[in-house]
Amino acid sequence: MLGMVADRRGLLTGSLALLVAGRPWAGRAAPLPLVEVEPGLLVHVGAHEDFTPGNRGGIANLAVLIGEEAVAVIDAGGSPAQGRDLLAAIRTRTDRPLRHLILTHHHPDHVMGASVFRETGARIWGHVRLEAALRDRFSTYRAAMERLVGPSIDGADPVPIDEVVSIGAARHIDLGDRVLELSAWPTAHTDCDLTVMDGLTGTLIAGDLVFMERIPVIDGSLLGWLRVMEDLARIPARRVVPGHGPASAAWPDALVPQRRYLESLAVALRRSIARGRSLSALLADPPPAGDWLLSSDNHPRNITAAYKELEWE
Amino acid sequence: MNRLPFARRRLFAAAFGLPTAILVFPAFAQSQWDVLREVLFANRPVLDGAGVIELDAPSRAHDAALVEVAVRALVPQTPERYVRAIHLLIDRNPAPRAAVFKLSPATGSASITTRIRVNEYTPVRAVAETNDGALFMVERFVKASGGCSAPASKDKEAAYARLGRMKLLEPDRFVAGEPNELRLLISHPQYSGMQIDQLTRNWIPADHLETVRILWNGEPLVEIEADISLSEDPLIGFHLKPEGPGELRVEAADIKGRNFVQSWQLGAGS
Repeated sequence: MLGMVADRRGLLTGSLALLVAGRPWAGRAAPLPLVEVEPGLLVHVGAHEDFTPGNRGGIANLAVLIGEEAVAVIDAGGSPAQGRDLLAAIRTRTDRPLRHLILTHHHPDHVMGASVFRETGARIWGHVRLEAALRDRFSTYRAAMERLVGPSIDGADPVPIDEVVSIGAARHIDLGDRVLELSAWPTAHTDCDLTVMDGLTGTLIAGDLVFMERIPVIDGSLLGWLRVMEDLARIPARRVVPGHGPASAAWPDALVPQRRYLESLAVALRRSIARGRSLSALLADPPPAGDWLLSSDNHPRNITAAYKELEWE
Repeated sequence: MNRLPFARRRLFAAAFGLPTAILVFPAFAQSQWDVLREVLFANRPVLDGAGVIELDAPSRAHDAALVEVAVRALVPQTPERYVRAIHLLIDRNPAPRAAVFKLSPATGSASITTRIRVNEYTPVRAVAETNDGALFMVERFVKASGGCSAPASKDKEAAYARLGRMKLLEPDRFVAGEPNELRLLISHPQYSGMQIDQLTRNWIPADHLETVRILWNGEPLVEIEADISLSEDPLIGFHLKPEGPGELRVEAADIKGRNFVQSWQLGAGS
C-alpha cells in the first residue's frame, strides 16, 4: 500500500545494504546473492529493512525456477537496479531463456524491477486484478520510491500483464521438466495475490500471503486473509518460500506465527469494537504486536485497516 | 445553509496552492489560517479555546485517509449556555473546512468524534462557536500526507453496493438525564474528486455526503455539513442527553441528491 512506502525512515542497515553501498562500480550489474533451496529453485532473501538507498528496494524474497527448457522469475525486485542484479545472478547459473516473470502482487518491492525482465522478452504473469491495481498505484509508488531509494529506481516503468490468472482457475507454465501451477486468490494481503506451486520439488512460492519474521501488512482484508490461509494450509507442499522471511521453511508450519498474529488482532479488535472503544483509543493503547520485526509503523497501520473492516460486521 | 457558494469555495481552495495567494492577500504573507479565518468568520475575534474544548488528533497519522479526531467539550451543554457549532478545519487540505457540527443543548455534551483525510502536514483546528456567538479555537499539528488522493480502498461497485447503509453504535447503558455517547457510521465512498478510477483512468467525480441531520424525537439534535475531507464511510460520534426513551432519526444527503434515512428506538429497554 501507499503507506508501505510513504513516511518511512530507514533505521537499520543490514549486510546487504553495506554490500551494495560499498560496491565500487555502482551502475553495473553485480549478481544478487541467491540461495539454492532445491535443485533449480533459487531464492534471494530480502532485507528486513524499510526502503533505503542502500537496499535499493530489495526487501522482498525473489525466486528463480530453472527448468530444462526455460527459466521463470517470481517477483522482479524493488528497483530496476535490483532487477538487473537478479538477472546477472541468473546468468551466472544458466543460459536457458528467461521466458516468464510472475508477479505475486502489486507492491513496489515486488514489481519495480519488472521493466528489466520485460526487456529480456519475458512474458509477464499476474492476478486478473493486478493490472488495474498497478495502473492505479504505480505513479504513486514510483514517486515514493524515488524519494526513498533514489536513483536505483531510474527506468522503472509500468509493464503490461501478458497472462492473467483468474480466481479459481489455476494456470500452468511448463519449463520442461517442471510445471508451475499459478493460483489467484480472493482479497487477502492485497486484492491481487498470486501463488506459485513448483510441483517438481513440492515447494509453494507464496508471495506476501506468507510473512515470516517481518510483520505482515494488511492491504486487503484481514478476514479475507484468514479465510485464504485456511485454503493455503491445505496445499500439499513440503516447504514454502515466503514473501518475506527465510529462503524457505517447512509447510504448513510456516503459517503459524502469521495466523496467530492475524487471529489475535481480529479477536482484540472485535472485543474493542463491541465495547465501544474508539480507533484512536485503541491506537493510543494497542494490543501487543508480538516479536515481529518492523512493527512500530506497520502494527498501528494494521490496526487501523482491520478496525475499519471489522466495525461493519 | 451557511455553506460557502461552491464556486467561491473552489477558488478559495485553489488559491492555497498558488503563489498568487500572497498577492491576493497583501498583508505580508498571510498564513492559511488567516485566510481561512477571514473567509469563514469575517472579522469576529477567535479566542484561545483552552478550557472550552480540547482537540485529540495524532501527531503523526498511520493512515492519512483515515485519521480519527475528537473534540472534547470541557464545559457542560446547557440550554442557557452551549456550544452551537464546532467547525473542524484542516488548513492545508484542498477543502479546508472538513465539517461543521451544529449542536443543540439536548446533546448534553458538545464532544464529537469523526475521521478525516489529511493531504499534507497541516494544522488541524476545532473552533467552538457558543450560543452567544463567541468563537474559541484549539489546534493540533498532524503529520500525514496523501489522504485526499489515496486510492479508494474498495472497488467502486462494492463501495456503491453498501452506499447509505448506517450503523449506530450505542453505549452499553443508555442513561436518561446523562450525556450518552453515540457513534454513527454511514457507508459512503466520499469520493474526493482527486482519485483516479482504476479501469477508465478518469478522475472519479466528487461524490460525498453534504448534510447529515440527526433528530431526537423529531427535534434537531446534531446537523453536520460535510465535505471531501471526511474519510470514506464517515464516522460521526456525538452525544445525546435524553429525558427518556425515544426515536433517533438520521437523514443524510449527498451532493448527487441521494437521501438516506434510518431510525432507531433508544432506551426502551432500560
